[in-house]
Amino acid sequence: MRVIVQAEPFDLGALSNAFAEGAGGAGAVVTFTGLVRDNGGALSAMEIEHYPGMTEKAITAMVDEARARWALLDALVVHRYGRLAGGEAIMMVATAARHRAEAFAAAEFLMDYLKSRAPFWKKELTSDGAEWVAAREVDEAALKRW
Amino acid sequence: MIEVLYFAWVRERIGAPRERIETEAATVMGLIEDLRARDERYAWAFADMTSLRVAVDQELAGFDAPLAGVREIAFFPPMTGG
Repeated sequence: MRVIVQAEPFDLGALSNAFAEGAGGAGAVVTFTGLVRDNGGALSAMEIEHYPGMTEKAITAMVDEARARWALLDALVVHRYGRLAGGEAIMMVATAARHRAEAFAAAEFLMDYLKSRAPFWKKELTSDGAEWVAAREVDEAALKRW
Repeated sequence: MIEVLYFAWVRERIGAPRERIETEAATVMGLIEDLRARDERYAWAFADMTSLRVAVDQELAGFDAPLAGVREIAFFPPMTGG
């Protein structure tokens, strides 16, 4: 199980391959990658702020909760902060299990919790200025299904 | 003394990322009331409680959380990770 919080870009292919190779006994690996939407070219950059210390703790607690709910063989969460351009990868989640249902469910669970319970804040920079991204009701509501 | 941290637009409204605060307040809400009374930057940052979240010693908490023994409080808007 690994939680990585970093400013630098990550190598999605290398991380995914290493994760799948290291997941001994797994029959299913699910990966999800979140990208910066460039909104048709309107976005000049996205700035992501986070709460060092709490971020790692909160994500680790989410991963522990996912392991308690599903028979996961491994899990990986990578989340970036700092200044990102449109199209860049912001974060990824990978889960490994014997069967795909557990891997998909755990990945969705982690995504839902990362959206609303990991201390990150996104700010969109456009030619019109800078604006904090507002949390969405639908993201908060998504937690209720777990 | 409590270390108080501010993130995102809460940080921008207050104009500082963190400060050390001496407080007699018993709860997070009591601390917010003290801060609001300081000046208008704090009153602005803490104007709409529905758009604020708080972490006490790096765990999400309610505004009624007690401050006894607490080292670090953070105020921020709803999180937008993922």
